[in-house]
Amino acid sequence: MSYDKRFDGRELNELRPIRAKTGVVKNAVGSAMFEIGKTKAIAAVYGPRELHPKHLQNPSCGRLRCNYNMLAFSGSGDRVRPGPSRRSKEISYVTELALSPVLDLSAFPKTVVDVFIELVQTDAGTRCAGICAASMALADAGFRMKDLVCAVSVGVVGDTPVVDLCYDEEAYEDGAVDIPVAMMPRSGKITLLQLDGDLSKEKFEEALSMAREACNKIYEVQKKALKERYKESSQ
Amino acid sequence: MIETKYIKSLAKKGERADGRALDEYRQPIEVEYGASAKNAEGSALVRIGETVVIAGVKMELGEPYSDRPDEGTIMVNVEMLPLSSPKFESGPPGIDAIELARVVDRAIRESKAIDMKGLCLVPGEKMWTVIIDIYPLNSAGNLFDASSLAAMAALKNTRLPAVVDGKIDYKHRTDEGLPLAKDALECTVYKIENSFFIDPTVEEEEAVDARLTVGVTQEGHICAMQKGGYEPLTEEDIKMMVGLAIKKTAELRKVL
Amino acid sequence: MGEILVKEKDIVAPGDIMTTGMDFIPADGAIRDGENIVAAQLGIADVKGRLVKVIPLNGVYIPKRDDIVIGRVIDMTFSSWFVNVRYAYDAVLSLKDASSDFIERGADLSAYFAIGDAVVAKVSNVNKSMAIDITMKGPGLRKLTTGTIVEITPQKIPRVVGKQGSMISMIKEHTGCQIIAAQNGRVWISGKDAKDERLAIKAIKFIEDNAHKSGLTDKVKEFLTQGASQ
Repeated sequence: MSYDKRFDGRELNELRPIRAKTGVVKNAVGSAMFEIGKTKAIAAVYGPRELHPKHLQNPSCGRLRCNYNMLAFSGSGDRVRPGPSRRSKEISYVTELALSPVLDLSAFPKTVVDVFIELVQTDAGTRCAGICAASMALADAGFRMKDLVCAVSVGVVGDTPVVDLCYDEEAYEDGAVDIPVAMMPRSGKITLLQLDGDLSKEKFEEALSMAREACNKIYEVQKKALKERYKESSQ
Repeated sequence: MIETKYIKSLAKKGERADGRALDEYRQPIEVEYGASAKNAEGSALVRIGETVVIAGVKMELGEPYSDRPDEGTIMVNVEMLPLSSPKFESGPPGIDAIELARVVDRAIRESKAIDMKGLCLVPGEKMWTVIIDIYPLNSAGNLFDASSLAAMAALKNTRLPAVVDGKIDYKHRTDEGLPLAKDALECTVYKIENSFFIDPTVEEEEAVDARLTVGVTQEGHICAMQKGGYEPLTEEDIKMMVGLAIKKTAELRKVL
Repeated sequence: MGEILVKEKDIVAPGDIMTTGMDFIPADGAIRDGENIVAAQLGIADVKGRLVKVIPLNGVYIPKRDDIVIGRVIDMTFSSWFVNVRYAYDAVLSLKDASSDFIERGADLSAYFAIGDAVVAKVSNVNKSMAIDITMKGPGLRKLTTGTIVEITPQKIPRVVGKQGSMISMIKEHTGCQIIAAQNGRVWISGKDAKDERLAIKAIKFIEDNAHKSGLTDKVKEFLTQGASQ
């Protein structure tokens, strides 16, 4: 069966409405909230801090450490048991790999910069929302970055390539393919790529080609949010 | 920094570092209902000054305890997210989180804010479990009061999910709320030197000698208490602190 | 040949293209990406001649030699103190740098600096691995026994001090407080009255929130006169 009209009426390449804001956790060095549709992520940056155990320290630059977590009531359906799961550990790890290429931590040898990502509410695309929030939080904290990092899930629902899948699309009964992508927007280089599903190479390439345009839209939202706090008119 | 000495010297004169009165809450005090409405059956985000706490309720079905076959159950859980403070580390809940969860739980349970019999679906077989998860999002002092307020607000915000063939259908939420008989809120009174005050900042909390958390219902009845801190309190101290707590919970109640 | 794509005082975010063409040279906070100079930090664009810079709006403290810092004593050994200076690793204050007095071996070090004490010190050395040495020998360096300390973004300290100390003098005048603004983003304030100290703290936080805006000096003056009259 062909999926040609999306459940929420969006165009195939249309993102859900996005809200982004920085400085949401006052205790942190930098922080940001990134909300896409009903998926809402908050990221906060602490550090550079001491890194233990010592053997993990890099003598020439700081390390990035990401921690992704879902609040117990944020998941669709059952309560999420608190504590790290294999899934959250994997997401934490790929998030770190997605963000590290843009960061310059050479001024902070032997330290760690911690980024904590919490999902307050979820409707698919959580790791991507987390990466968008984390990238903004790192910039908000004043770290040197070659670029921001933008992330979005592209995919195929039925046999239709779409951008920014919601939960119902991911769970589409005739099959869906979920492809989270993170990229450095200026160069288009990809820093996160995962895939869940069953599809041909051609369909994959079709879906992937939609990622760049989607990320560019997210990029504009992120930059605007970063600068918003410092506008002459704001207090 | 040299805060503790500074705060104690001000406390001796009945003053506070930020110029507030001893019985003054930071502003704003705000409650945002439905902060995670999509998936949480009930939720609320609370701000007291710069402290931000979010609480959410998930409903589950289960078997009642054999000694209370016609009652539901409730569970309160707190996690001190490392996101909310440079002082919190990742890991299982430490004693701070456990104490906070049990103190918030105590006020709700002992006041019988929820009519537990109203949570029973089939006596001896099926009942509702109410699970409240509380998380600080910015820990800037007075997590006790903020958490208690957030938990109560989340309970008020809760709507039961549909039950189909004895199983919960989380996708469909009814209009039916929890059987709430009362509301219970907690106010914590702190003692530094000879001054008693509420709503401390983080620096004030570090300088504290002792604290008393008091759970109060809307009738002005006491339903829970917890003394904290290493210094002892006299009976006079306690009477003072309880009186202040009863007065101040009335103020918190206005935002509910 | 080349083009400047930003206006003076524009806010730029990492990735924003600031100039095109090989004429331009990137400096603090900006990097070259092919033909373009691109912002590498969130900050204010600053293009002077061929030099393209970004003045960061936020950041953490990075210790440099000769910085004046306000620190807190965290720990000590027989021959040194460990002092937190708002960096990931504590600075070391060794016996020989602690005082102009001759300190005997086996003397009670806490008589000089005890754990929890706050001090104004100077960074004497920072090596490649960012190990930091500080010294208490020098004019104005001492233990702080009164007042309170507020922390702000280190990047805003120059605005708190002002051109030739004009801003910090204005605050001192209006509040009657002694104030030391250290490079590590800590500001010590000590006045006769908690009310005066509070006004000074509020003024400093006001500067932190508004440092990037125009007419800051006038705004701060207005803030202080209003505050003093309350």
